[in-house]
Amino acid sequence: MTQIELRGIEKFFGAVQVIHNLNLAIADNEFIVLLGQSGCGKTTTLRAIAGLETIDKGDILIDGKAVQHLKAADRDIAMVFQSFSLYPHMTVYENVAFPLRATRMSSGEVDKSVREVARVLRITDLLDKRPSALSGGDMQRVAIGRALVRRPKAMLMDEPIGALDAKLREEMRAEIKRLHVKQGSTTIYVTHDQIEAMSLADRIVIMHEGFIQQVGTPDDVYSHPANLFVAQFVGSPVMNIAEASVADQAGAASVTVGDAPAGFEFPGQLLSKLNGHAANGGLTLGIRPEGVLVRHDAAPGYIPVEANIIEPLGSFDIVDLKVGSKMLRARTKAGYVSGPGEKVHVRIDPEQAHFFDTASGKSLGVRL
Amino acid sequence: MAAVRTSSEVAFNRIAIAAVLIATLIFLAPIYWIASTAFKPKELAVSVPPTVLFEPEVTPFIRLFTKRVQMQKPVDPQVYEAAPWWEKRIYDGGERVLKVGNDVQLSQYPNRFMNSLIVAVISTVLAVGMGTFTAYGFSRFKIAGEADLLFFILSTRMLPPVVVAIPMFLMYRMVGLNDSHIGLIILYVAFNLSFSVWLMKGFMDEIPKEYEEAALVDGYTRMQAFFKIVLPEAATGIAATAVFCFITAWNEYAFALIMTNRRAQTAPPFIPSQIGSGLPDWTTIAAGTFLFLLPVAIFTFLLRNHLLRGVTFGAIRK
Repeated sequence: MTQIELRGIEKFFGAVQVIHNLNLAIADNEFIVLLGQSGCGKTTTLRAIAGLETIDKGDILIDGKAVQHLKAADRDIAMVFQSFSLYPHMTVYENVAFPLRATRMSSGEVDKSVREVARVLRITDLLDKRPSALSGGDMQRVAIGRALVRRPKAMLMDEPIGALDAKLREEMRAEIKRLHVKQGSTTIYVTHDQIEAMSLADRIVIMHEGFIQQVGTPDDVYSHPANLFVAQFVGSPVMNIAEASVADQAGAASVTVGDAPAGFEFPGQLLSKLNGHAANGGLTLGIRPEGVLVRHDAAPGYIPVEANIIEPLGSFDIVDLKVGSKMLRARTKAGYVSGPGEKVHVRIDPEQAHFFDTASGKSLGVRL
Repeated sequence: MAAVRTSSEVAFNRIAIAAVLIATLIFLAPIYWIASTAFKPKELAVSVPPTVLFEPEVTPFIRLFTKRVQMQKPVDPQVYEAAPWWEKRIYDGGERVLKVGNDVQLSQYPNRFMNSLIVAVISTVLAVGMGTFTAYGFSRFKIAGEADLLFFILSTRMLPPVVVAIPMFLMYRMVGLNDSHIGLIILYVAFNLSFSVWLMKGFMDEIPKEYEEAALVDGYTRMQAFFKIVLPEAATGIAATAVFCFITAWNEYAFALIMTNRRAQTAPPFIPSQIGSGLPDWTTIAAGTFLFLLPVAIFTFLLRNHLLRGVTFGAIRK
């Protein structure tokens, strides 16, 4: 049972503030992913929780107890590093046993714990080997084993699979998920990879320039991005973002993207929901490529456009459509648009549209 | 990698091997010269052209370890017959071994050799030990004026140490450190420390700090992390640094010559003083030099794997 709470954390590196008033409550057994680009403060936050980094302001509470003044060793937290940090001069067994050697545990108990963890992680065959003889995936299993063996209050993982190749990453992602389901420990996981974040997290914390942008379930941050940063950071291919204006057209709303000659048709209720926000400009429309509907023949609500570049991605294509001077990226069936220059008809699915305030970047919370 | 090598690759390979062989021969030539002279009969030592094939003898080593005087008249045949084999070798050279009663008088060589060992080993341990801790501090912690401090440490190497030999000698005499082991050890540690700090800093920087951080999170203190993780990881660097420090201290001549004369004199200034009166006795000097080479040769040989990895550390580790 471990809850972790961060209250008003601030951290400076010299004159640069890398964490701004960070507040976060993590529930017992929760898998939290800190997601963001490099330099966003996610790793610093993790290291602060571990006790490897001091904080300038705020409280770090583990089970209600402030620990920011405790040394790393006294916080009873385990950490897995991107570099795995296995000690080359020790065998796998000794590496896994290492945290237990710091305690008063008898060697019999140490042995029992090490073998139990090795069994769970399927590294029993590797116990006598040196880390240098292991593959990347096995190294990471051992590193996780070393973190688990002590049954710590919480697990911190700093890009634990970032150094592996794509296939192995996928395997290890599943493995980490399996372990978490099985062992169930409060876990804080740092990554810049949104797919990792989406697939692993109970809740994702998206950080940018030292600020938390949004905290929510994977579905939340994908379907209801709080601002333009989250909207563009989460989801692949990236969400289309364009300044837009809304006009009243005989009871229906017409949303014009940039300088496009024609507007997209939206239900009239958009007008009241936007509550005049569009009138003073400053409205940004966000639409994921799968929300851009493409068909060959004309249909009501569809406007004619010209296809530009086509990126075939196997199971689907990403097609750049010329809307005024802007490009709208659409996701189509593979081969649906045959080539650049082809004339197609496009429409925006109102239910998948997001509206943001251009100046602040904040979501207006308007959904149809 | 193609399994078949082209002819130009083969040719390059041969040239490379030839170059290595030639370089090795050039480096081994002086060693061979010293080693062969150490086992030569006295009269062959300076023969022109140099004798390559000869019957090796250990007489130079016997002379090296004993006190001898020139005999005015030939030895009494009865005494000669009664003498042990090694003493006969001395009589053969027209000398006799000095004795007090029946005890053979040993020369100063073993004592000087011991002095060299004591001074070199202790100064190396101190220089490398202090250097390792200092380098760790510089490598891992933010230190105000770190670059300046490192520069100051290095600045002790910016003039030939002999320049300050005379003032050092006067100061040492004043405080009674001249002709003492501790005096030489202090000097050698001072020479080697800056080198040791700089070299070890390079090695420390190469050790990922996540190693210690992992240990810190796993419940160890920084001191424990240092001894359990950093030191074993730095073994290569420590070995390389130790070899260089040991060689510097072992081979140091100028200060040893100036600062010591009897009690703490090391082998380097002692060996040439055995040149003898009259004709220079090269074979005895060669014997002394040959034995003097051995500790460094053995030490370096034992650590050769570390040393090789050590000097090319950054290049091949990753």
